[in-house]
Amino acid sequence: MKKTKIILGIGALAIASFFMVAADHIDAPAVASGTADITDFYAFQAEDPNNVVFVANVQGLLSPSATASAAFDENVLIEFNIDTTGDNVEDLVLQAIPRDGRMYFFGPTIPGSVGVDSAIETNATQTSVAISAYGEAATATTNAGMKFFAGPRDDPFFMDFAQYGEIIAGNATGFNSPGVDTFKGTNVMSIVVEVPKTMVGGSGTINTWVEAKTKQ
Amino acid sequence: MNNIKTILGAILISAFAFNCSSDDDSNNNEGSMSIEPDFSGTYTQQDQMGRPAVNTVFVSAASKNTFNVTTPDAQGAAFQPMFQANLEGLSPAFANPGDMNALMQTSADFTGLLATDVLNLSLDGETTFFNPATGALLTGRNLTDDVITIELLLIFGGEDFTENSQLSNDNVDANDKPFSASFPYLASAW
Repeated sequence: MKKTKIILGIGALAIASFFMVAADHIDAPAVASGTADITDFYAFQAEDPNNVVFVANVQGLLSPSATASAAFDENVLIEFNIDTTGDNVEDLVLQAIPRDGRMYFFGPTIPGSVGVDSAIETNATQTSVAISAYGEAATATTNAGMKFFAGPRDDPFFMDFAQYGEIIAGNATGFNSPGVDTFKGTNVMSIVVEVPKTMVGGSGTINTWVEAKTKQ
Repeated sequence: MNNIKTILGAILISAFAFNCSSDDDSNNNEGSMSIEPDFSGTYTQQDQMGRPAVNTVFVSAASKNTFNVTTPDAQGAAFQPMFQANLEGLSPAFANPGDMNALMQTSADFTGLLATDVLNLSLDGETTFFNPATGALLTGRNLTDDVITIELLLIFGGEDFTENSQLSNDNVDANDKPFSASFPYLASAW
């Protein structure tokens, strides 16, 4: 009986995984549903037009009941990468890593090395903010003109991913109208940083991306 | 029973050791149990993301992990041909030679842009994935941007966004909770 339940559970998980691949949610087998799985990345001008905002979300499709116990992984470094010269190599990084209920931020700073391996840039501007608890008001910290937040949020992504899956599988010829938001009512673990434009290039167009890196 | 005793012993020892190291910490000026966090070590890439849905839509199953650990400056050369083949296989709007999207990009042009998976961000004004009202394109990604419909239109919509209308809009146009105009911008958790 126990075995049957486990097999059923695995089956359900596999089906969910098949359908729940979206913006970057569960995008690849090595990271799918793990604590290093980036679900989304946003970059936009802030309420204060002198600033820009970077958002990295991880651990997608958290149900409300699962969110209270969800936590950032202390072995996972989230790194915002900023290319100011147009060669798609990071000139600046802004790092975030949790320790004992707080999210520590380093940067923006010129990284000691570029590419897939990183050290934490402990000599850069350091800020920490208490990770906001589920069900409580967002806790934010400001430092050096920047604002910082870490904690559970509603998943801002929206898409009828289930129907997209049906189309790709050959079971449907198009989307429904209206569609159904597959991510309705689900949460993510979110990191939000607002920085002055002067700290990330000042003017012009920059290239940005986010990375999840695990401790070796 | 012996096992339980051993485990209890181990817990007691580790608790005691924790106390000792904390007491010995001369930097502990708060008089609390806090220990200076350890930030040492090397962190190695597992996942990365620039534009939404790129890995999901354009990277073949066997290459998804590799794509996530290929630096953006190397992605174009490594993945553009795969992106183009997958786009032409997926979309009737790119099935014939010379087909373009509404940006007047051929399949080679469009996938040449997408294969380098970075999000462009303007520091000079409007930031949006695409705003038809202003014409701003790939200058950032707002929380409210309907990025999936924009991408579906560019993939399936053809030269004037009118082709394959059943495939070029998922008809989910907004988030399930309103966003805030102020930091941290994202809506509270459900």
